[in-house]
Amino acid sequence: MSAFYALLFTVAFLVLVIGLAKKIYQYSRVPAPLKIPVTPAPLTKGGVAVRLAKEAILFAALFRSNKWTWLFGWMFHMSLFVVLTIHLRYFIKDVPEWLVLLQPIGKYAAFTMIIGLLGLLVRRMFVARVKYISSPSDYLWLLLLLVIGLTGVTMRFISHTDIISVKEFSLGILSFNWQTLPMDVPLLVHLFLVAILMILLPFSKLLHIPGLFFAPSRNQVDNPREKRHIAPWAAELEAEKNKMQPK
Amino acid sequence: MADFETPKFREYPVVPELKPDAMAGDGPFVSRAEFDEDLGYPGEMPENWKEKTLDKMQDLLGRYRSFQVFMDSCIKCGACTDKCHYFIGTNDPKNMPVARQDLMRKVYRRYFTFAGKFFPKLVGAVDLTEDVLKEWFNYYHQCSECRRCSVFCPMGIDTAEVTMAAREILAHVGYGQKYSNQIIQKVYKIGNNLGLPGPALEGILEDLEEEVEEDTGVPVKYNMDKEGVDALLMTPSADFFAEPHIDGLIGYGKVLHELGITWTVSSKASEAANFGLFIGSYDNIQRVSMRIREAAIELKVKRIIFGECGHAWRVAYSFLNTLAGPFDFLDQNYPVPQHILEVTYGAIQEGKLRLNKEENDHLTMTFHDSCNVARASRMGDKPGGQFDIPRAVIKAACNNYVDMDSDTIKDATFCCGGGGGLLTDDLMELRVKGALPRMEALKKVTDEDGVTNVAAICAICKSQFTKTLPYYGFEMDAIMSVHQLVSEAIVMTGSEQEKELDGVEEEAKDTEE
Repeated sequence: MSAFYALLFTVAFLVLVIGLAKKIYQYSRVPAPLKIPVTPAPLTKGGVAVRLAKEAILFAALFRSNKWTWLFGWMFHMSLFVVLTIHLRYFIKDVPEWLVLLQPIGKYAAFTMIIGLLGLLVRRMFVARVKYISSPSDYLWLLLLLVIGLTGVTMRFISHTDIISVKEFSLGILSFNWQTLPMDVPLLVHLFLVAILMILLPFSKLLHIPGLFFAPSRNQVDNPREKRHIAPWAAELEAEKNKMQPK
Repeated sequence: MADFETPKFREYPVVPELKPDAMAGDGPFVSRAEFDEDLGYPGEMPENWKEKTLDKMQDLLGRYRSFQVFMDSCIKCGACTDKCHYFIGTNDPKNMPVARQDLMRKVYRRYFTFAGKFFPKLVGAVDLTEDVLKEWFNYYHQCSECRRCSVFCPMGIDTAEVTMAAREILAHVGYGQKYSNQIIQKVYKIGNNLGLPGPALEGILEDLEEEVEEDTGVPVKYNMDKEGVDALLMTPSADFFAEPHIDGLIGYGKVLHELGITWTVSSKASEAANFGLFIGSYDNIQRVSMRIREAAIELKVKRIIFGECGHAWRVAYSFLNTLAGPFDFLDQNYPVPQHILEVTYGAIQEGKLRLNKEENDHLTMTFHDSCNVARASRMGDKPGGQFDIPRAVIKAACNNYVDMDSDTIKDATFCCGGGGGLLTDDLMELRVKGALPRMEALKKVTDEDGVTNVAAICAICKSQFTKTLPYYGFEMDAIMSVHQLVSEAIVMTGSEQEKELDGVEEEAKDTEE
């Protein structure tokens, strides 16, 4: 069983990294042939960085759009970020002090994450418009994340797992020196679903993570009158045309 | 034609209930081979349409980062679902932006993603059938490419990009839209959307000169094909004869005359509009744009100035330099191209225009931000100039001004309901219903602030309002051009208005003393 999990995580990690890298390569290679920032747009690259940061960190557009979705969505994402950060302790041999200090906050982050997910799930089930646009996979993602969160909370507060062994196991994967994993049900479920999530991420709507930064509507500088903006395939088209010049 | 009900004003702007298939149907008239072939399309559906559709889809996924990324990055959060004017007006859930994108996305998933190839039901992927194609044609012609949804999307997904891709794909299998394709063909054959030939245009401009001289005593010139003047004026052809568009054109002429800028229109490029944008065709946008370059060179002008037209300004501001540039043969002291409002605003700032606001005292104005100007272009040198400059010009020409609700203006503005190639009689029901949110906002300022008229800077908005205002109980002439207000208020040097005004003012001073 431990070997299965070790192998699973090795595969999951590779699928995640290679799959995501391939997608990011694809996004960066497809040209954006015309200037299409949604205006008002920043006039400088620095301005674009601020615009994207506001979207990535504060979910600014969503805030403008719908306060409930923003509240639950932002709560979930920020909590997940904190939870992921405190999990770093399983991958660092000598845990740095800031990470130790962060651990108590993680307790609460798990709950806010679950509340956020529940809010999103309720919204998806009961708001007619959102229900209409939902596929089975949209519900399954929320359920998957919920179960991951709930099993994590279970281990922390109800049925404790031998986290020393878990740490040895995770460090073991990193160094290809596989160790035994404690055979606790919540832990096994927790880890299995995390691996599934890692494997599916590059093939799913979780691609919104890189997608956010590649949207030309948000990442372009508003300067088309000052600077021409020619995509490679458009340049070929242009070369073919016999461009008229003043005599 | 009018076998539909005009939507009622909602007491509160609550989110409408879903009425599935409320707008199901065949969509607008389908284009014909005679129009299509000039545009580089097959004109009729080939036997292997399915293969061709998927090929074109793959081609576009490799050409447009926007299309590729937007197909992947939607999280179905629902933020956009209540933002589209066509959804609000029709209640059809397929007019929710995400649902509209999904018509394409479910085919993308089926043929281009792992999940859709192997688990189609799980991710909502479907096979490409003729019914899917019909649904595309119908619902991608219920989007005016106004970009309002993109403002609210946490991923920045712009449905306009998806709609344009869909229309481009459809046109490549002989399933284009008649209205847009016929118009583009007219531009190639005659020079403008309305098919006004040069001599007719010249006649109209001569009449305008007479009319303005009669009104003001000033010989303002409205030239056509005059070489060696300062500026080429690119304006939508509706400005040459439709109301209230033509009053705007009269205004541009007066402003440019007063500033000593000589100008001409071109008979060859007698159209600022570029419907290539609406059908999502890079080739056609470029071909239409190249006429402007050619006209500017032939007429040996130093500047290019655009009149009041929304999507034309998007193409001009955002694409012209890229598609038809570089414009290094023009005077680099001016932006290329420049909007007539930038010219007028600059002149007002510098105190070069005298405006008698009292001429417009019988009006209380509000301003309708046109979608393509608001969300796809800029004026002036600061972001948001496209909102501030038109308002500043209106306020300089008019004492009474009130904005509509803040969530219906500026970058949250609602489309007039007729943009994006939908300004055609065969889509009248859609146009009237899509106008609902704008009409509601207008109704509110009419009731609460006594607004009498609404100004716009887009030929499509103006035509659409003229048609749809009466459905909602307004006068059709409540819609005005911004430069119509300027035209009423301007006091040109040496004009009758100047004499009258200065006489009156001196008298007024006398009585005060």
